[in-house]
Amino acid sequence: MASLTGAQDRRTTTPVSPLAPAWSTMTRVIEHRAIQYRRTFRASLFSSFGIPVLFLTAMGLGLGGYVDQNPDPALAGLTYLQFLAPGLLAATVMQSGSFEAAFPILGGLQWNKIFHAMFATPIRALDVTLGNIVWIALRMTLISVVFAIVIVAFGASRSPLIVLAIPAAVLTGLSFATPIMAFTATQRTPDKFASLFRFGITPLFLFSGTFYPIESLPEVIRPIAWLSPLWHGVDLCRALMLGTIDRDPLLAVIHVGVLVAITILGAAAANRTIEARLVKG
Amino acid sequence: MPDPEVAEATRPTESDAATHPGRDAPQERAGTDPLIRARGLTKRFGEFAAVDGVDFDVQPGEAFGFLGPNGAGKTSTMRMIGCTSPITDGELSVLGLDPRRHGPQIRARLGVVPQADTLDNELTVRENLIIYGRYFGLPREECARRADELLEFVQLADRGKDLVEPLSGGMKRRLTIARSLINEPDLMLLDEPTTGLDPQARHLLWDRLYRLKQRGVTLVLTTHYMDEAEQLCDRLVVMDKAKIVAEGSPRQLIERYSTREVAEFRFAPGIQETLDGQFDGLAQRIEKLPDRILLYADDGEDVVIAARERGLHPETVLVRRSSLEDVFLRLTGRSLVE
Repeated sequence: MASLTGAQDRRTTTPVSPLAPAWSTMTRVIEHRAIQYRRTFRASLFSSFGIPVLFLTAMGLGLGGYVDQNPDPALAGLTYLQFLAPGLLAATVMQSGSFEAAFPILGGLQWNKIFHAMFATPIRALDVTLGNIVWIALRMTLISVVFAIVIVAFGASRSPLIVLAIPAAVLTGLSFATPIMAFTATQRTPDKFASLFRFGITPLFLFSGTFYPIESLPEVIRPIAWLSPLWHGVDLCRALMLGTIDRDPLLAVIHVGVLVAITILGAAAANRTIEARLVKG
Repeated sequence: MPDPEVAEATRPTESDAATHPGRDAPQERAGTDPLIRARGLTKRFGEFAAVDGVDFDVQPGEAFGFLGPNGAGKTSTMRMIGCTSPITDGELSVLGLDPRRHGPQIRARLGVVPQADTLDNELTVRENLIIYGRYFGLPREECARRADELLEFVQLADRGKDLVEPLSGGMKRRLTIARSLINEPDLMLLDEPTTGLDPQARHLLWDRLYRLKQRGVTLVLTTHYMDEAEQLCDRLVVMDKAKIVAEGSPRQLIERYSTREVAEFRFAPGIQETLDGQFDGLAQRIEKLPDRILLYADDGEDVVIAARERGLHPETVLVRRSSLEDVFLRLTGRSLVE
C-alpha cells in the first residue's frame, strides 16, 4: 500500500515528461478493444466461417448451378461460383466494417463511455480514432482470411493472387468504416443507424456488381455502381481472384486510389468528430 | 411576496463585499507554488458562459472543494483542470504546466473520477483496473500488482473476477476511485463523487477519500452536498451562475456569512403567511422558506424562548448549528439542492 496511497512527496512542478510515441498510445486503445473481443472471439470466429459457407453454398452452388445451365458471355466461361466469391468477400467485409464503425464506436462514446475514460489519461483523441480504425482493420483481416480459406476450399478461386484480395477487401471495408465512424461520433442514439443500413449499405450490397456484372443493369442506373466504393472493391477483388488483373492495370490503380482516398478523408473527418465529441464530454 | 426587510437581510452587506476573498486575488502562500492556479478562468459555449472569470489556487496536500448547485459551472471548471476541455479565456496552470500545450503530460499525473461512471461493463473489475493502468503506459505486471493493492484499498478484493455490470452504484464509484489511483496521481479530481449513493455507501467513500487526504494526496472535488464539503474540504469556493461568490474554509464561511446557530420554525399549513412582521427583532437574520422560517442567532434557544413570549407557537422547532447550506442561502437566496 505504501507506494500507492502512502505519503506523497508534495511536488508541484516537475519537468515536462516526454510524450509517449503516438504508435504506443494508440496501441493501448487497440489493446482495450482486443480484451473486449476475447469474450466473443469463439462465437465471432464461428460466424466468420459460417457466413461464407452458407452464402457460397446457397448462391454459389445453388443459384450458380441454375445460372451455369445458360452460360452468359459476360461471365467469360467462368462458373457463377467463381464470379460470385470475390464479390461476396468484398461485400461481407464492407458490412462488417460498417457495423464495427457504428455500434461499438457509439458504445464507447455514449453508453459505457470508455473513450471518455481514455481521454482523461495521456491518450489523445487521435489515438482513439486511429486505434479504433486499426482495430477494425484487424477484425476485417481476420474475417477476410477466413473467407478466403472457405473460397479456396470451395475451389472458387482461379489465381494465387487471392492473397492480395484479402487486403483489397479490408481496404474496401475501411472505405466504409472511416466515414461511418465520423458520422457515428455525431450521434447520441443508434436511431439513424437503421436508415444508414437500410438506405445506404443494403442498396450498395445489391447494386455494386456483387451478384451480377453491372453491365446487366439498365444503363440509367449503371453510373450508381461507379459511385459506389463497394463496386471498386468488388471489381478489384474479382480481378485478383480470377487472375485478370493484368488486363486493365490502370482500372485496378483507380480502384485502389478511390478506396484509399475515401478511407483517408473518412479518417480525417472521424478524427475531427471524435475529438469534438470527447472535448464536449 | 417576501417581506422587504427579510429580503434585504438575505443579501450580503457592503462590508461583506469589501472583505470578500472571492472577488480579490486569492492570497498567495509564501514558499509553495500552487498545484493549480487559475486567473480569470473562463469557459464559454457560444454566447453562454459556463465559467465566467474565476480565480483560485489549490495548494499541494489540500482538499479543495467547489460547492454549488447544478449548472453553477463546477463540472466545466473540473474538465478544464482535467485538460479535456480547452479554456476559452484567462490563465490556468495545472502542476505548473499549461493545459493547452501539455494536456497529455498533465493528464498522465492526474487521477480523475468523472461524474458519470466510465467503466467498461463488459470487463471484470480487475480487468478494468489493469487496462486503465495500460493507458498510462505501465507494464502489465505492474498494473496487475497495483490493481490487487487498490482492490484491497477500496474493499473490492473479493469482486475482482466479477463483471462490473452487476455491481452496486457504491461499488462502481469505489472501483472508479481505485482506477483513478492506478497511476499514483499527484492530484485527484473528483466530480460529484457521491451523488446518487445511499448514506452507507457515501460514508464508506468519504472514509477512503479521507484516508487519501491524510496521506497527503491533493483532492479537488465538486459537490452540491454541504455535508460532503464540510467532511472533506479544507477550503472551498462557493460557485453560483458561473462565478465564485465566496471562498474560505467551511468554518470561516459559516462565521462570515452565518450565525453560530439557527432556529427552524415550522408552522401548520397556511399559518406562516399570516405571521408577517411578527418575527422582527427576534434574530440577527430571518429567512422565509416555503415550508419553514429560519432564524439566525448565536443562541438558538434564546430565540425560541423569545418567540414563545411573543405568543408564536410553531408546530415543530429545531435548533441546530449553521451549515454551508445557510451560507449558500445567504449568498444566493436559494437552496443548494432544488
